[in-house]
Formats: sequence, structure tokens, C-alpha cells
Amino acid sequence: MAVTEPLLRLDGVTVRFGQRAALDAVRLEVAAHEIVCVLGPSGSGKSTLLRVVAGLQRADAGRVLLSGVDQQGVPVHRRGVGLMFQDHQLFPQRDVGGNLAFGLRMHGVGRVEQQRRVAELLELVGLPEAQRRAVASLSGGEQQRVALARALAPEPRLLMLDEPLGQLDRGLRERLVMELRELFGRLGTTVLAVTHDHGEAFALADRVVVMREGRIAQTGAPLEVWQRPVDEFVARFLGFDNVVSARVSGTVADTVWGKVPVPDGSRQGERRLLVRPAGVRLQELSGVAGVDGLRCRVEGRTFRGSRVAVRLRPQEGPPLEAEVPLREVPEEGAQVAVVFAVDEVVVLES
Amino acid sequence: MVLARREVVRPGRRAALRASAARLGLLAVPIVFFAVFFAYPVAAIVGRGLGDGGVRQFSRIGEVLGRDDLQRVLWFTTWQALASTALTLLIALPGAYVFARLDFPGKRLLRAAVTVPFVLPTVVVGTAFLALLGRGGPLDELWGVRLDTTVWAILLAHVFFNYAVVVRTVGGLWAQLDPRQEEAARVLGAGRFAAWRRVTLPALTPAVAAAALMVFLFTFTSFGVVQILGGPSYATLEVEIYRQTAQLLDLRTAAVLTMVQFAAVGAVLAVHAWTLRRREGALRLVDPARTASRPRGTRQRVLLGGVLTTVVVLLLAPLAVLAERSLDTPTGYGFDYYRALGSLDDSGSAFLVPPIEAVWNSLQYALAATAIAVLIGGLAAAALTRRAGRLLRGFDALLMLPLGVSAVTVGFGFLITLDEPPLDLRTSWILVPLAQALVGVPFVVRIMLPVLRAVDGRLREAAAVLGASPLKVWREVDFPMVRRAVMVAAGFAFAVSLGEFGATVFIARPDQPTLPVAVARLIGRPGELNYGQAMALSTILMAVCATALLLLERTRVRNTSGEF
Repeated sequence: MAVTEPLLRLDGVTVRFGQRAALDAVRLEVAAHEIVCVLGPSGSGKSTLLRVVAGLQRADAGRVLLSGVDQQGVPVHRRGVGLMFQDHQLFPQRDVGGNLAFGLRMHGVGRVEQQRRVAELLELVGLPEAQRRAVASLSGGEQQRVALARALAPEPRLLMLDEPLGQLDRGLRERLVMELRELFGRLGTTVLAVTHDHGEAFALADRVVVMREGRIAQTGAPLEVWQRPVDEFVARFLGFDNVVSARVSGTVADTVWGKVPVPDGSRQGERRLLVRPAGVRLQELSGVAGVDGLRCRVEGRTFRGSRVAVRLRPQEGPPLEAEVPLREVPEEGAQVAVVFAVDEVVVLES
Repeated sequence: MVLARREVVRPGRRAALRASAARLGLLAVPIVFFAVFFAYPVAAIVGRGLGDGGVRQFSRIGEVLGRDDLQRVLWFTTWQALASTALTLLIALPGAYVFARLDFPGKRLLRAAVTVPFVLPTVVVGTAFLALLGRGGPLDELWGVRLDTTVWAILLAHVFFNYAVVVRTVGGLWAQLDPRQEEAARVLGAGRFAAWRRVTLPALTPAVAAAALMVFLFTFTSFGVVQILGGPSYATLEVEIYRQTAQLLDLRTAAVLTMVQFAAVGAVLAVHAWTLRRREGALRLVDPARTASRPRGTRQRVLLGGVLTTVVVLLLAPLAVLAERSLDTPTGYGFDYYRALGSLDDSGSAFLVPPIEAVWNSLQYALAATAIAVLIGGLAAAALTRRAGRLLRGFDALLMLPLGVSAVTVGFGFLITLDEPPLDLRTSWILVPLAQALVGVPFVVRIMLPVLRAVDGRLREAAAVLGASPLKVWREVDFPMVRRAVMVAAGFAFAVSLGEFGATVFIARPDQPTLPVAVARLIGRPGELNYGQAMALSTILMAVCATALLLLERTRVRNTSGEF
């Protein structure tokens, strides 16, 4: 059985800033051509992870291996990785072409070849006319594209992106995520990206790694993580706030919200329970109160495209969020009854 | 587990050691330079002064310090330096603002003009003020006021001399501060003054402190100006050292005074290093062309008017008087004095060559000195850029010492130490540039360091990730950003080299005098012709400096528009 060495392997990497561990014995592998997104709130150690791989930050313990070679003592400029900084860090004194050619020059690429690659990259990121433009004259989206092209230019074996789309507005961000994924797929680039935006991570990545306080909380395919967050932290980080204590027995869980159906094979006993907003179904309040469903008052509504997030206040227990199609949205202050759909209920592991 | 961890940690330490080794490597050249051309000569002359048949006589120190007249000298030296510094800041800070933030016609010319006083030989400055404030000067003729016998003459001459230091160091940074920071504070509810005090002033503090320190050091060690304007009643330590060395031949007293001056300057530098400990954060630096605007509103117009008036009265008037005197021959206005500079006959036995050759000598010396100073200072600044340990921080302050040590002592020290193999430089032309570079290096470091430290560290990281080695990172990221600062630093180094007098007067060969030396020689001789020639030579020096500075301004502008 041939074991292929992963392109990047972190082996118990620890970085401490004083007492605090920014990375705590992190183990992580990235295979060639894989797009991995590290997801976590600010301060969870995501950026430190990238800096360690790039060699900009020294690990206090553990090893970083690229293509199986320990990078201990290898200086930044010889690691052959690319890093796109959060705020781009384009060289202000060079024009767009100068920024793009920088990495090529550093790698001793000839002038003619440089020109060819720069033109090619500008074409790739959709800025074919921008070569002579000053960096200061670029819009946020254009800067992002130039930074990406600059990072891609020396053809790094691993491209790392630090909050690649962090500063852009929503519409542009969503379009660019799709473009990036398509581009990386076409080029076969291995990518390690970090972001705090789960939407971005799920749209971009083959695999998602959720970090919490320097440790990896969960790793898996986007859909898997989305559907089965392992714990309350991951669930809440993904934006799911309907978490409640439950006693699970068989396919029913006892909660302050009443009885909630759970999938077959769920863990039993005292657990934390997640009900995704899509699983919170609103019903017309029948004349006879309290027969079925949990009675709630509608507290607020947030419009999200064709669906609406409705915030509900049950008579007992924490507030609930329900996801409702646009035309079924109840009025604020209305009384509704809630039932739970088993498909959207997850018994958390811890 | 423990074992494994230790193994992982050790290579990291090695990397850190390598980094400091690289830094020490960069510092090696400056360290050797200062050891050989500064510490050694000064130590030698102090040792000679204190030594007596191989026995060091430290009792002499107390003896000399106990003398009433020397205590008075020390007291005067200190308070006039403090007063000069305060007065200079008071008068020059508005100027720094105006030159940084306001656009007005003739700005570039004027900026070069205010720098000219700084590069004039101190002897010339003293003479110019004597002419301006003394008998027969405009003040005397108009109102019958004479200031040449008061301490005001010295203080005003010091302001005249150091105005450019404040305008250049503070204004240079001020012009590059992002005005939007202040605007943000205004939007958040800060008044005009509060925004300046809370946002701009803290950013400027390191530059203001650096400028104040330089002015204090210059005035504390002031020589030529006090020599001429102080008369018998006022003397600084430097003047006293010169008197003891050159006139009374009392090397011992001179040695003790040199050490006193050294200690005082060392103490000032220590306090400076302590108060300033790394306040230079990563500033947002922007294109200076974008921060300046035409004056708006009464307040800015009044400020501009005030600054321009100050410049005309305090800086340009003495220069004008100088030029006027150079043309004022016994037979009416004319170029007689200038013509006399070209020949040997008229200058009598004071020179081996026509005085005009001093111009060419000076330029060559100053160019060589500038190259040395930029190289040594640049290496030191590059090594000190990154946050450093206590040792290197100390070195940072040590680099300023040459400004505070008696130039007379350095010059004399050169003569008695660099006269035997392997360092027999007595007959070499390089001796003069070396001495002049000593004074230039501190400027280069002081000017480059704040800018280098303000370069965003992540730009360096971005370059490294793209494959740039540390050397290339410096060349590609740091250097383009500090090119401006390098030009300014080179200009300063050139200027102080051109004007250096105290050390050069000891070591310049008789057949290769520099401009200041030639001027001093002419002034020291009696007669209308010699005085007139001195004025003419000073005017030439003035013109040379102004031209050099104007060229510098042009380069700066071209670089700026091309790169930013």
C-alpha cells in the first residue's frame, strides 16, 4: 500500500505568546490539490497557523513538513509557499505589474518570461489592462485580485490565503469565492485559507477545519460539518443558536421546549441538542391552546433573500430561531406554535 | 516528551542567534570605524592630558572642576544651550508645520535657503551676526540698538544656525503623516487643537525630541559662534577647551574639560534614549505632495505670514548682510574681493594656494565624507531597525556621541594617533573626510532610523514569502521607502562636512585648505581686503550649499513623483 506524503503536515505544532497558546499541539494535513479552509473566530489562532507554515512565526514545539521535508530552519524565502495577506500588503512604490513581477524576479525568472507571466496572470484575474496602474488607484476588489495574482505568480506549491475576501462587500465576496474556487480547480493549486466567515469557507473549501482557542475543534467536508457540528461551539460558530440541554432516550429528547424528535442512532442520555432553524416549523395557532406545538411570540425578523430568520420567544427556555419562506412570515408580536422536524435536529457529541 | 521538546526548541534558538549575529555583522563596520577614528584618538588625547610620566593623575580632575572660572563656563554652557534649544523650537516648529503642510510659491527655494545657515561655518555665522547686530549694523543705524554684547546675539545666532534642523527633521516626518488620522479624530469630536495634540503630536514626538537633542548638542558644544560673539564675558566648554589647547597649551585642563563635556553629553544622550524608548510605532506614511495644500482661512495665512517674516528677518537678513559686505569695497560696490580670491599675491602669506581652490577642496572632501557617512550610518541604521536588545539600544545612543565631543579634541587626537603604521594617514587626503564623516554619521542614523522603523513589517514579510532573501527584502522594500530619507541624510552629511571647522582646522594640510578654514584664516588677519575676501568666500560657500541643496530638492521631487 503506497502512502502518499501529504503536501503539508503539521505535527503537534504549538506557538505560545506569553502564557497564551495561539496554537496548541495542532495536527493538520493538506493533500496536494486540496483546498482546505480554516475557520474560526478572531483570536482562534488561524493567522498564526499560516505564519508558522510560511516561516514568519517560529513554532515553540512541533514540526511543519512540506512534501515530507521538515521546515525547521528553512527561511521564509526558501519555503516555496505563497501567502496572500489579509490587507494585501501590495508594495505601494510599485505599480501593478511591478507587484506581480516581484516574486518572479526573486526567483530569477528572465525579463521576457516575467512579462509573459504578468500579462497571463492579469488576464487570469480579470484585470488585463491594469499593468501600469498605481496600486493606490485600485479599488478593494481590484487590490484583492492583484494580491492573488502576485501570490500565484511564482507558482507556490502551497497557496495560503489570510481572510482573502475579508474587506470586500458582500456581493463581490460571493462572486469572488466562486471565481476563486473555479480558478484553483483549473490550476490545480493546493490552498490553505483562513477565514472567520463560514459562508466563504463552505463555498471555497473541499475540507473545513474549525478552530477554537488554538485547537482544532472539528474537521471535515463542508456539508458534513454543516450538518453534524460536533459541539455547541462549532454549532454556534456556524450561526446555529438553537442549542438546548436535553435528555435523550430512544428517538425523543426531553427539553424545556417540550419533546423534540431526534434521528435514529443518536447518542443517549444527558446531551446538548441543536435544532437548525430550518427544522423549526411554524404553525397556525389552533383554537385549542397547547394541544400540540410550543407556543412562542414572534420577537423579530431578519430578511435573508427569499427566506426570513424569525426570532421566537417561547414561554420557557432560550429563544429560538426559525427559518421561514418569505410568504409565510408571521407578523412581529404574533403568537405561533412551533413543531420540530427530525431531519434538522442534531444531538451534539459533547 | 521533555527530551523531544528540547530538541525542537534548540534549532529555534539557533535561528534567533543567527539573526543577532547578522545584526552584529552589519554593525561591525560602524563599530570598527568609531573605535579607530573616534574612541582611539579621543582616548589618546585625554590620556595624554591626564598622564604624567606614566602615572594617571586623577586628582587633577577635582582641582580643575573646583576652579570658579571653569564652573562659570560650565553653567553658562548649560543654560545657554537650554535657552537656545527652547527658543529654536518655539520659533522653528511653526516653520516645520508651514513647510510640511502648506503650499506657497517659492517653497522649494525657501526650504533650501533656510538650510544654508546650518552649513555655514560657525565662524561665518558669528561674523554675520556681528555685522547685523553690532556697530554699524542695520539695528544700530535705525534705532541705535546693539545686541552684540548681550547673550541675545548668541541665542539668535543659535536659532539662525539650527532653524533648519527642526524644520527638516520634524517637517520631514510631518509632511508624510496621513492627515486623515487627524480628520478621524475631528470627526470623533476632537477640536482642532485637541486633534493635533492627541494624534499628530504623539506621532511627531520622536522627531521633535530628536531635533531638540541635536539642537541642544550643537549649542552645548558651540564653538565658532561663541568665540566671536561671546567676547571676553561668555565662553562655552568648547571655546575654553580650544583656548586651553591652542593658546595656553594647557593640555591637562583641556583633557579634563573634554571629559566633562563628554560626560555631560553622555548623560543627555542617556536621558534621551530612556525617555524615547521606542516610541516610533508603525506610522502611516503617505506621499508628502498629497498632504500639503494652499493656505486656507485667516489662521493659516497669518501663520504663513509670520513664518515667512521670521525667515526673512532672522535667516535671510544675516545672509544678505554677508553678501552685501562681500561686495562693499572701499571704492564702492564691486567684485574686487572675489577677483582677489583667485590670486596668491593679494592674500599675502596666509595661503600656499589661491583661496579660491578651497572651494574645490571642500567639495571633494565633503563628497567623500558624505559617501563614508551614508555607508557607515546606513549600515548602522539597517542593523538597528528591528527591535533590539538593550545592548544595541545603547549603541543607538552611542552613535550620537561624536556630536557632543569636542571637535577640537577629535582633530588634535587625529594628529597624534593616526601618524604611525598601519594607520599613518597624516599625509593622506582621506584624513579630512574621515573626521568630517564622524559628524555626519549621527545625522544619517537619526534621519534614517525613524523612517526605517516606520516601514510596515508585513511588507517585508510579503516580500520574503514571495522569495526575497533578507538582503533583497532590504533592497526591494526598505530602500525604496527610505530613499527619500537617504537623500535628506546625505544632504545633511554633505552640509555638515562642508561646514565642519573645529576638527578640520587641525588636520587640513596648508596647501589644501577647506572653505571654512580659509575663511577663518582670512578673518583672523587684519585689513579690509582680508575681511572682504572672507565675506566673499563665505558668500561662495553659501551659494555652493544653496545650489547643492536645491539639486537635492529636485531629486527628491523627481523620486517622489516617480515612485509614489
